[in-house]
Formats: sequence, structure tokens, C-alpha cells
Amino acid sequence: MSTLEIRDLQVAVEDKEILRGVNLTVKSGQTHAIMGPNGSGKSTLAYAIAGHPKYTITGGQVLLDGVDLLELSVDERARAGLFLAMQYPVEVPGVSVSNFLRSAVTAVRGEAPKLREFAKDLKGGMDALSIDPAFAQRNLNEGFSGGEKKRHEILQMELLKPKIAVLDETDSGLDVDALRVVSEGINRFRSSGETGVLLITHYTRILRYVTPDHVHVFAGGRIVEEGGPELAEKLEAEGYEQYTKASA
Amino acid sequence: MGLNEKPLSTLHEKASYDLGDFEVPTGREEAWRFTPLSRLKGLHSGKAEAVGHVRVDVDAAPEVTVETVGRDDARVGKSFMPTDRVSAQAWNSFEKATVITVPREAVTSKATVLTLTGEPAGNGGAAYGHIVVKVEPLAEAVVVLDHRGSAVYADNIEFVVGEGASLKVVSLQDWADDAVHVSHHHAQLAKDSTFRSFVVTLGGDLVRLSPSVTYTAPGGDADMSGVYFVDAGQHLEHRLLVDHSQPNCKSNVDYRGALQGEAAHAVWIGDVIIRVEAEGTDTYELNRNLILTDGARADSVPNLEILTGEVAGAGHASASGRLDDEHIFYLQARGIPHDEARRLVVRGFLGQLIEKIEIDEIRERVLGALEAELSR
Ligand SMILES: Nc1ncnc2c1ncn2[C@@H]1O[C@H](COP(=O)(O)OP(=O)(O)O)[C@@H](O)[C@H]1O
Ligand SMILES: [Mg+2]
Repeated sequence: MSTLEIRDLQVAVEDKEILRGVNLTVKSGQTHAIMGPNGSGKSTLAYAIAGHPKYTITGGQVLLDGVDLLELSVDERARAGLFLAMQYPVEVPGVSVSNFLRSAVTAVRGEAPKLREFAKDLKGGMDALSIDPAFAQRNLNEGFSGGEKKRHEILQMELLKPKIAVLDETDSGLDVDALRVVSEGINRFRSSGETGVLLITHYTRILRYVTPDHVHVFAGGRIVEEGGPELAEKLEAEGYEQYTKASA
Repeated sequence: MGLNEKPLSTLHEKASYDLGDFEVPTGREEAWRFTPLSRLKGLHSGKAEAVGHVRVDVDAAPEVTVETVGRDDARVGKSFMPTDRVSAQAWNSFEKATVITVPREAVTSKATVLTLTGEPAGNGGAAYGHIVVKVEPLAEAVVVLDHRGSAVYADNIEFVVGEGASLKVVSLQDWADDAVHVSHHHAQLAKDSTFRSFVVTLGGDLVRLSPSVTYTAPGGDADMSGVYFVDAGQHLEHRLLVDHSQPNCKSNVDYRGALQGEAAHAVWIGDVIIRVEAEGTDTYELNRNLILTDGARADSVPNLEILTGEVAGAGHASASGRLDDEHIFYLQARGIPHDEARRLVVRGFLGQLIEKIEIDEIRERVLGALEAELSR
């Protein structure tokens, strides 16, 4: 049983205040959706939790099972059980997918996986996400399409088995088939009930496949409304306009 | 073109066996402006007495002949003329040359390894050397030059590749920290011959290596790769010259380096000339540097001079940059500690090239040396 607790988080980028006091608690077994218009600060929230150096924390706390993540380095946060599926995964030339995954799994588990076991897990994970096994030998994200990158983010999540996963617009840029495959991956991941998911999205589309327990509307760098899955339906019908006006 | 800039095609045209034809460089010359002359230990000024010693051990493939010959041997100095002061100094100062001959149509069954070991004379004296690798028509050979130990050493190496022949060379500069090495590799390619060169420079206080390629007939194909890792205080310089003077020849240059530490300095010069008669030339040269810490500097200067209207392809690129923070962040976000993330990226950057080394033993050694450099 794990808990991610975000308390009054304030974040600036290049001296510009972006997050203005975010409060949110995610427990294992729960799926929270954060929905908001472009530029509202959703990615800022995701990156700040993960520890991207570009984002300056100006106030607040982020606790994972009581441990202040903000005190930890980026890799320590990941090893503590945090995972961020990125909106725009970067291409890393010269580092193969399989080599990268083995290094990551080794780091997170604290010991190298048995080679055969790892190969089996990798193969299984790739099959489930309809990823061509040849990708294992390719350079990380290099020349991958948008959809292929997103599938690999989910593959990493399934292999690393974090306590809390933050998924930043994993649905954007996916066609319907890819969206279904990726959603199934997320559902497999959360079916254990031992993990929490923070699903950041601009559109309600993915929520038809991955049903959230809680929906938070994000605007102007803070949560402006909260509710159940029905809130997503309302957003679908009415859009973000009322919130952007209010927060401006 | 500025007042002091000469066309490339004239920069390399001065060639002579006579030391007196080359003035002692002052550091203001285009060819010497990056090299810290004070660290050359007199190799450029005539003050480096030939009292040092570099031992040459040859582990040869059974198909080749190995000879140690005097200055007057007819095969020595046939394929080149010195084009700078240190090359001329080496030419005038060596006593014995090593001549490796790969007979016509022979395909060597293993690599021929020349180990050059610097044996410090205690007085810091210099040594001068000369090697000729002659691959006769239709023969195929692999040659490894393995430089180790401590030395102040200048040499010329001739690679004479015969018609339809193929030569692969790996030159490993794995010197001790205090070594000074100035070397010229001259490859002369006959009709339809193939030359593959792989240079790895890791050790030494100052290494200045000038690989050049000339063609005597159409159809020659040269591929030159290089990897260097520059540590604090090291000056590692590679100056390539490909002189396309024949039609329908190819050249490809890809040198990559990583630099770390205070006053780590890499210099890469890539000169390619495509002369009027060299129609149908296909050439590309690339240099990339990865700067890992503050205080390290890379100078990278590609020069492409095209004097003919009819090229098949001609391009160059040069890029020197920092480790990409976004790459490191991505790997760290997956739990990989910073140092290991850095290792993965650098190994990836150089490893793509190192994979091209076909001799397993050498490739493993270079990868091992890279790991050692990265975990410093
Ligand atoms: N590197 C940056 N420099 C300056 N402003 C930035 C930077 N990154 C993001 N921002 C600003 O922060 C705000 C929030 O961006 P972001 O978190 O990406 O929003 P979202 O993910 O909701 O679209 C935007 O106004 C954006 O312009
Ligand atoms: Mg975003």
C-alpha cells in the first residue's frame, strides 16, 4: 500500500511561476485523471515530481510513503517507486532499448535480473504491447513514431513496476488501435491493485478505456475542480472554457 | 577568404625530403596553430636528439614477410614526401625501417600486429621511426599498430595499397601519460583498392597524428574512422587529408571524441581536396565531440575544397557539444544513477564507431579502455 502526497506544490520555470499550490493524494489501487487545457501546467507538475532540473520548486512537498521526493535525485526518486511516462520521450543515440531496459531494471531492483528471465519478461512485455521484437536492438526512441515511443513508455512501466506512475499525455498522438493497446497496458499494470496511477490528459478519449476513480480539472497552475468520472463527461460536453476564464 | 588564408590545395603542396626546406614552426602557421609546441620536446626544432628508443615487435601473419632495412632500401620513401617539419625530421633521423610485404593475391589468415614500445632512456631522448606496409595487387591484409610505453617519438608510416588490394589498419595510441608522439600515416591507393583505417587515441601527453590519403588511379576507396578520449591536460590532435586527384574514388571520414577534465584539448582537422581531374568523387567527412566537463576544449575544422564541377557526392559535418541533459534525465528517470547514465550515453556515442573494429580482441580492448576512462 503506497501513497503519493502532493502538498501545496509551487513550481517556477525560469523565474516564471507555473504551479500555484497543487494538492493531491494518490493511493495504490486508485487512478486519478488530471485534465486541463494546454499550458495549464500539467507537464510542469509531472516533471517537477520526477525532478527535472529545469523546474524550480518554490514551495510545498511531495511525499511518497512519507519520504520527501524533493530531497532525492532523479534516479533515487525512480528507485523509490516513482515512474513518469513522458509526453515527449527523447531519442538517445547509441543506447539500445534492451541495454537501457536491463540497466534500468537492474537499478530499480537493486540487482541484475537473470538474463533468461529478463529476456522472457521483455519478450512478453513487447508482445503484449504489439511491439516488434526487433525494437530491442534499436537505439532508444531513435526514429520511433509517436505511437511507438508511447508504447515503449508503457513497456518500461510494466517492467519497472513502480508504486506510482505518472502518465503525461500518453494518449496524445495515438490512433485508435494504439490507444487501445496502450490502455490495455495501463489496465494490466493497475489490475494488481498495488499501484497508483496519475493520468494526465487533455482529452477524455482515453478515459473510456481507463476509467478513473477521481477526476481533477487543472487550470492556471492549480486544481480548480474535482469529482468522479462524471466530471470527465461534463468536460467532454462543455470544454475547458469556463475554467480558463475563471483562472485568468 | 581572408588575407592570410590560402586555398587548401596550396597548403599541402610543399613537400620535400630535405629538413632545411622546412622552417622551425613558431605556432603562427596554419598547420601548427593548435599544437602546443613547447610540449613537443624539440621534435619540431631539431633539438630532440635521437637517443631514445622505441622497440618494434612484429607478430606477423604467416603469409607476409617482415624485414628490417636500412635507409637506402629502395622500397622506403617511395609513396610519399614529408610535408611538414616533424615529418621531415623523422624522415632524416630514422636508422632502421620496418617493411611489411603482403605478396600478390595473398589473403592473410590473421592480423599482423606491430607493437611499438617506448623505452625511456632516462635522458628523455627522442626516437624516430619508419614503417612501410606494402600490399601487393589483389592481396588482403589486416595490420595493427599498437603504441605503448613512454616515448618522444616521430615517425612516418607508408601504406602502399596495390591494384585491387585491400588493407585494414588499426592504429592504437595507448601511450603512457608522458608520451609525445607525432606521426604521419600516408596511404597511397592504386586502382580499385580499398583502405580501411581505424585510429584510437587514448594515451600520451601530446599526440599529433596526420593520416593522409592519395590515389594513383581511379576506383580507390578509403574509409577512415577514429575514436579518441581526452583526459585532463592531454592534447590529442588528428589532422586528416584526403587528396582526390583521380576520378571515381571514394573517401569517408568519421572521427569521434569525448573529452573530460581541465585543459583536455582535442583538435580535429579534416581537409579534403577534390582536384579538377577528380570527377565522380564521392566523399564525406564527419567529426563529433562530446564535452563531458568544464575546462575541456575541442577544435574541429572541416575543410572541403572542390575544384571540379562533377562530383558524385561531397559533404562534411562537425559538431561539438555537451552531454545532453535531456538524455541524462531520461535515463535517470528510469532509476539509472547519474554516472552510469553518463557512461551509457558516452559508450553509445563512441560505441557505434568502435563496433566497426573487426578484430574482436582489439575491439574488446578499446571498449575496456573506454570503460576505464569513464570510471575515472
Ligand atoms: N522551459 C520553459 N520556459 C518557459 N516557460 C515554460 C517552459 N516550459 C513550460 N513553460 C510554460 O509553463 C506553462 C505550463 O506548461 P506545461 O506544464 O507544459 O503545460 P501543459 O502540460 O498543461 O500543456 C506554459 O505557460 C508554458 O509556456
Ligand atoms: Mg504537457
